[in-house]
Amino acid sequence: MELSLSTYDSGDHTVLEVGGEVDVYTAPRLREKLVELVETGARHVVVDLSRVEFLDSTGLGVLVGALKRLRAVNGTFGLVCAHERLLKIFRITALDRVFSLYDSVAAATAAVGSDAEPTA
Amino acid sequence: MPTVRLSFSPAAAHVRTARLVGVAVARRAGVAEELLEEVRLAIGEACSRAVALHRSHGLEDLVDVAMADGDRFTVRVVDRAANGALVARLAGEAGDEDSVMVLSDPALPLTTPPELLAEEAVAARMGLALLAGLVDDLNVSELAEGVGTEVRMSWPLERPAE
Repeated sequence: MELSLSTYDSGDHTVLEVGGEVDVYTAPRLREKLVELVETGARHVVVDLSRVEFLDSTGLGVLVGALKRLRAVNGTFGLVCAHERLLKIFRITALDRVFSLYDSVAAATAAVGSDAEPTA
Repeated sequence: MPTVRLSFSPAAAHVRTARLVGVAVARRAGVAEELLEEVRLAIGEACSRAVALHRSHGLEDLVDVAMADGDRFTVRVVDRAANGALVARLAGEAGDEDSVMVLSDPALPLTTPPELLAEEAVAARMGLALLAGLVDDLNVSELAEGVGTEVRMSWPLERPAE
């Protein structure tokens, strides 16, 4: 399935819903979107991966890049990921210790952007 | 003898095709349904690695994928890049040290925190971590003949191949 991207605001947060396959071919579009969000002023970004059917290392690289960009501007970055299929990828690569992972957008927006440190 | 062979020019768009074909062949060969997601991800990572190697070396040669079902379902992904087993330096935006890519050695220590690496370096490292973490039977070796490396992976079969 082709990559789909859509955004909406939730309070101070910008939520980016991602669907379909994030791989070496489609990841550049995800990168462009995340760069655009930061450049246009988004500071508390939540990426909802609930509808992602496939995620590879290129996609992980793009997500790490977004995390770095937001940290550089004192922003926050959270990921919504509840599927075991994707969680396994974060665990194998030890990126579950780098990203703030949440099981719902509500949980992410409640935590990300507050003074609370992200959960490991 | 390989059951299915696939060769594609080193374009990112073809990696998805290789994944789809790989899973279809694995399913038909009798790989357990619960392993197919791993097969899909592993073939994708191996092919992405080969495409990245060809691109970084400016190679237009085809990437070869050979799938065979015997005692196990075996996939071999072959690139034609020199130094594939070593470290390749890509032209980073600022030519900084972040542009170094570790391309094929799963045994290399991953000591640098990923958030300090460039995206391409993260992807290369995570690709290797995924391959090593997903595939019990994984071997990366230089080609016996000619220049290049081969990523060989295999999975058990649930039932005898047809």
